[in-house]
Amino acid sequence: MSTIATTNLLEVDELTVHYGKFQALKGVSVTLAPGETLGLVGESGSGKSTLGRAVLGLAEVSSGSIRYLGREISRLDRAGRRALSREIQVVFQDPYTSLNAMLSVGDILVEPLLVQGTNGAKARERVQELLDQVRLPSDAATRLPREFSGGQRQRIAIARALAINPQLIVCDEPVSALDLSTQARVIDLFIEIQERTGVAYLFISHDLAVVRAISHRVAVMSGGKIVEQGPADQVTSAPKDDYTRRLLMAAPVPDPIAQAERRRARLAQAGKVPA
Amino acid sequence: MSTVDLEAVTTPAVATRQGRAVLRRFLRNPLAVIASLVFLAIVLSAVFALWLAPYGANFTKLALVTAPPGEEFLLGGDGAGRDVLSRLIYAGQLTLAGSFLTVLVAAGLGVSTGLIAGYFGGWFDRFGGWMANFLIVLPGTIVLVAMFTLIGPNIIITMVVLGVLIAPNFFRLVRNLVISVRNELYVDAARVSGLSDGRIISRHILSVVRAPIIIMAASVWGIAIVVQAGLEFIGLGDPTTPTWGSMLLDAYNNIYIGRHLLLPPGLMIGLTVGALILIGNGLRDALNGEEAIMVAPRQRVKDTARAAVAVPSVPEALLEVHGLSVGYAGRDGSTKTVVRSVGFTIARGEILGLVGESGSGKTQTALSVLRLLPEGGMVTGGGIWLEGQNLAGFSDAQMQAIRGRRIGYIPQEPMSNLDPLFRVGSQLCEPLQVVGGLSRQEARDKALALLERVGIADPHRVFMSYPHQISGGMAQRVLIAGALSCDPDLLIADEPTTALDVTVQAEILDLIRDLQAERNLGVLMVTHNFGVVADLCDRVAVMRGGEIVELGPVNDIFARPQHDYTRTLLASTLEDAPVRPPLVPRPPRQQSAGAEA
Repeated sequence: MSTIATTNLLEVDELTVHYGKFQALKGVSVTLAPGETLGLVGESGSGKSTLGRAVLGLAEVSSGSIRYLGREISRLDRAGRRALSREIQVVFQDPYTSLNAMLSVGDILVEPLLVQGTNGAKARERVQELLDQVRLPSDAATRLPREFSGGQRQRIAIARALAINPQLIVCDEPVSALDLSTQARVIDLFIEIQERTGVAYLFISHDLAVVRAISHRVAVMSGGKIVEQGPADQVTSAPKDDYTRRLLMAAPVPDPIAQAERRRARLAQAGKVPA
Repeated sequence: MSTVDLEAVTTPAVATRQGRAVLRRFLRNPLAVIASLVFLAIVLSAVFALWLAPYGANFTKLALVTAPPGEEFLLGGDGAGRDVLSRLIYAGQLTLAGSFLTVLVAAGLGVSTGLIAGYFGGWFDRFGGWMANFLIVLPGTIVLVAMFTLIGPNIIITMVVLGVLIAPNFFRLVRNLVISVRNELYVDAARVSGLSDGRIISRHILSVVRAPIIIMAASVWGIAIVVQAGLEFIGLGDPTTPTWGSMLLDAYNNIYIGRHLLLPPGLMIGLTVGALILIGNGLRDALNGEEAIMVAPRQRVKDTARAAVAVPSVPEALLEVHGLSVGYAGRDGSTKTVVRSVGFTIARGEILGLVGESGSGKTQTALSVLRLLPEGGMVTGGGIWLEGQNLAGFSDAQMQAIRGRRIGYIPQEPMSNLDPLFRVGSQLCEPLQVVGGLSRQEARDKALALLERVGIADPHRVFMSYPHQISGGMAQRVLIAGALSCDPDLLIADEPTTALDVTVQAEILDLIRDLQAERNLGVLMVTHNFGVVADLCDRVAVMRGGEIVELGPVNDIFARPQHDYTRTLLASTLEDAPVRPPLVPRPPRQQSAGAEA
């Protein structure tokens, strides 16, 4: 398969997705460069997860295109998808249901390797490497997911995504279910892995602070559309769009004085007199 | 694409370990063990009938027709002078094999079609569902009798047809189980990994449906034995080979001269079917894992602890919690402490934040105040005072009244705290009428006023709505209205905005702040979010591992945290994390065609 030389890893163009009659995505366009993190932020029902699922081939595309390295991937068959699975991987939100409770951690990590045809001994060697990369003890392979905390389970999910050296990982709210201190450590791990391997992230989150910490660029979604897109710092600290501004002002900051200020500004903006 | 046998390379250690645990639990169940031994003995006696039976199945001795149990024929002779014991042993062969054939056919057909229907859905699911319904409404015995008239006595075909008739039970069971796991995230992850459907089914789906299939198979086997015996009993069997059913028929024909003949086949059928049911139940319990948890009486306050601190130290406080400990009874009779000597006070008009990570005990503390600890939880020490009254001294009924009138509760998941079967209005009015003693019209007026007060633009519409017709934010407003309906003094909010979008969260926090100021409420705000604490609380208690590590005014804690843990937590907040340096452009790795490691 020949590929067109292009600087972008992923190009999503005017993508629409329907769930029955409901239009979940209404003409969304984003791009992602190699080694880059694009943060997708929005509230529930904004379409951010649908975009991630469309890129993964888990949501049916109605119109528009998704190109990976210049090649159209939005309507691939099973075999094409399987070939692509070594390029695009996923980390889901819920570290409890995204790992099969009946399989050992080793079996979970070996699965994508074997699909790609890695032989048994090599696969097991790779599992040890992966556990090391996500800072889990090497005996983790023989244990069951339920023996691990939420943060550790998310590390297992990250290791599974990394197993076959993909170039793009779709991260769907990967730290939302985690405790504060765990969240910070897992984000550090994401950044460290990106710097070392050059993997790109499509990072989906409802939390502007999380997206700000990990993204190079941020796209804000609302009602199935992108309302604002730009460098992370600009979008998350000096947004141009009204909705982004509301989103930013609504998130409480962990500082009573700054938060009182933010609250006043938010209420003034909404035309309410502060209490 | 090279294919490697997944099972061959996976680590079998865990599966064996789980298998062993199931076996251990099964062996600890005496009833299941005895049933298994009985069943095993029956199966073995049938298999080795040739050596075990004293005579052949059709060995006849005319002198012993309907003879009572005696020396020669231990269980007597049947209507044709054959040894009952020998026939009983030989009959096990066809009875067990025939009924097992039914199980095989029913499970094979039902499981395979159920897997396809559940996993792929679509026309096959619709067609399969239709076929299943059709087979279920067919009167099975009549079909089998009709068949007998067409093809004559052929027990094998009869049992196969019975299997087909029973297959819908497996079909429905498997289909529903598969649908419930089909959309699990780990199945999605397997799809993204490129696993074929066959692999996903064998690896991720079969493991979930395996246990219920085995359990159902055990009970179907029992049913098949009974049905087969029934058919043989009405004479639809092959007279040349003995079965327990045909022995029953023979006994019935000789009921006036050889009443004892009924007992051996009847007992055998009962014993076998009973053993199968007990094995099935034992398997289910073993697979479900835990043996029954020792149930501790709900919220039993230890008398010693109650005596230790009998008086509140801050009598003017709205709520005082002093030295509170909460424990859960373990299976071995030990107590696992989840809250350890926690103390705080809340004054009227004050908002206290209880902040901590998961497992810190913050929710357990809040639920203790409400006396709503889950099953097995109990206050093991300390006390809770509401305006100087010790709550431990109240009966459950009194506590119920206090929960409605004096303490309001806002839960974390608004949707799961509304009953989907009732309109929002009736759920709001009920406590007003029952606890508040208002008339129907008064309750309705008050509920509408409350809905309006909590910022619902169209109270009449929401009043008449069912919970699924309103948004999560709206549902939380309804619950806040409910918590306020009986004018409480204290509000306990357990992560009230965690399940909500951030813009909705801001509105709900505004609402709680306004209501608190308006009614001079004391509020216990349980949260993991330091932003929420900064926004709303006057004072904050930081919890870790069941203990309060630091408590003080919000401004002090944020500006000068004393405890290391508080410092760590505050340092983990991402709001002032550095942004990433600009991306260094790099070329993409070209997509590799081969499948090297």
